[in-house]
Amino acid sequence: MTLNQNTLLSGVDPEITERLVANRREFFRSSALKLGALASAPLLLAAASQQAFGQDLPAEITDVLLFALTLEHVEDAFYRSGLEAKGLIPEQYVGVFNQIGKHEAEHVAFLSAALGPKAIDRPKLDLTAGGKYADALTNFETYLTLSQTFEDLGVAAYKGQAGNLISNDDILTAALQIHSVEARHAAMVRRIGGKKSWDGAFDEPMSKEDVLAAAAPFLA
Amino acid sequence: MLVHYDRSRRRLLKWSAASAAGVALSGVIMPNFGISAALAADLGEGDVGVLNYAYALEQLEAAFYTMVVDSPYADINDDEKAILTDIRDHEVEHRDFLKEALAAGAIPDLEVDFSAVDFTSRDSVLGTAMVFEDLGVGAYNGAGKLLENADYLLNMNSVSFAGDDVVDKNGLDVAYAPTEVLPKADPFIKTDVTANAFM
Repeated sequence: MTLNQNTLLSGVDPEITERLVANRREFFRSSALKLGALASAPLLLAAASQQAFGQDLPAEITDVLLFALTLEHVEDAFYRSGLEAKGLIPEQYVGVFNQIGKHEAEHVAFLSAALGPKAIDRPKLDLTAGGKYADALTNFETYLTLSQTFEDLGVAAYKGQAGNLISNDDILTAALQIHSVEARHAAMVRRIGGKKSWDGAFDEPMSKEDVLAAAAPFLA
Repeated sequence: MLVHYDRSRRRLLKWSAASAAGVALSGVIMPNFGISAALAADLGEGDVGVLNYAYALEQLEAAFYTMVVDSPYADINDDEKAILTDIRDHEVEHRDFLKEALAAGAIPDLEVDFSAVDFTSRDSVLGTAMVFEDLGVGAYNGAGKLLENADYLLNMNSVSFAGDDVVDKNGLDVAYAPTEVLPKADPFIKTDVTANAFM
């Protein structure tokens, strides 16, 4: 057992690897275009392996990955929009939000790669939640509140799904690795808002239904 | 870092049978590792082993933050004091939770050794805290797949406030195998602990 075995590559059997090698050239060309600036060799390898072995993933796992990708799309779009909105994020926090946004973009790319052809594009979003947060992109306080909401939601969502991934070691590990990054974000964003970084010694998981209900207003 | 073990015979002298400095220990008795004085324990196998692994790390963290709060560094401010007290409370809760879950299967209380930490120095304390937090995150992330029972998995997560410079370019946090974590925790633990099932 080594650290490096936690890449999604390790679940690939030799037969699939052979198929991969045959298709690699074509695959790399198309994926590099799709992933754009985010493309890196390890990511493409993960993508290549998953494109082949993603077909063998049970629906239970694919469902979790699609659910996670939906949330990551929301977060990714939220931080992109925030960073593009002039004067929204105070100068001293731009670096933090840049970093958080970068992670979310990486999560989108990673999960998309893991899902291969089953990945979904970014859904249509309404960051004002139908006008409830009309100043989401003009008032930093509102923006910060939403940021904390999304990060806390992400932590609870990954925690709630971990048990459904127990049959696949590599995907479970990757999900836990994303989960703790979301927890770091939540802690940081809460600190910026002058709040405690936590609600207690144990984070509570949330079911998929509850998470989607909370996220629904932001999905246009 | 060297970890010497023999897979076929499942032999492990201690979490790190070789010192972090790379000096092989075999046949050498280290002052802190007195065979007769300290308790000895094996983490065990299966889910019990994984939970004991977590329990050992939480014991270590709880003991560390208890020391920090009991003897705070000189220039500590109210904000830091509040945060460190909260963290201590979390680690104590995690420790007690695991102890209760393990019941009779729990390893004994571990004797810790923080002689490498200067509790009067903010840098030393917060630097050590950062190491422990990142180690804890990586340990939990790496241990999830070792568990068989999904219920345990849901309880195996903790809160971290540490920096995020350990996150890789796929946006993934650290995930460490027990073979990586235990040698790093070892210098802080006096008690002889073996982890035969993980090595």
